[in-house]
Amino acid sequence: MARVLLFGKLRDVAGWRERAVTPAPASLAALRALLASDDPDLAAALSGPGIQAVVNRQIVRGDHPLVAGDEVAFLPPMSGG
Amino acid sequence: MIRLTDKPFDPGAELTAFSRGRSETGAVASFLGLARGEAGAATALELEIYPEFTSARIEAFVETARTRFNLHDAAVVHRVGAIAPGEAIVLVLTAAAHRREAFEACDFLMDYLKSRAPLWKKEHGPAGLRWIEPTSRDLADAARWD
Repeated sequence: MARVLLFGKLRDVAGWRERAVTPAPASLAALRALLASDDPDLAAALSGPGIQAVVNRQIVRGDHPLVAGDEVAFLPPMSGG
Repeated sequence: MIRLTDKPFDPGAELTAFSRGRSETGAVASFLGLARGEAGAATALELEIYPEFTSARIEAFVETARTRFNLHDAAVVHRVGAIAPGEAIVLVLTAAAHRREAFEACDFLMDYLKSRAPLWKKEHGPAGLRWIEPTSRDLADAARWD
């Protein structure tokens, strides 16, 4: 199982904030493909500019292997202050 | 010190507490950000965080600022949740021996908070809901420090 979290506009597009994906996909790319196959709108939003992926609270660039128990978050462009 | 809070805070009290008991600090700089009403277009802001990750990232920015600008101390107070126009959203405080370092560190931390800290701002208004994204100016401001 991998725990998937969405933030900001990604959560609004998908209509969910947190989801358990079982079994855990082997990689971030596989997880993206799985989410995309369920929801074309989310697929488009995830491939948009400035989307960052975070695995177990670490920002990762490009693909990344996943194992059971990983927490994966997708973050849209940030806007604090 | 960083604090994320879903309650209004008193910027003056924060500044007083931060400045107390410093015998070697010659300069404290502050920045206070307020929620704009946008002439009625924004009735409320809603700020979302990624619990723990957001505070860890801001903590890392504060540590970077501390080293880079020789700070004696720095503090960030940031609102989360619902924020009304006119309320304080963010307060950055920096303490250094001299003013230049304090000013620059304050500027640096605000630039990072605007476009590099995991915070997401949604504007509520008569026209509906709108997620606010960093402007090209926000991105360029943060890139000045790279």
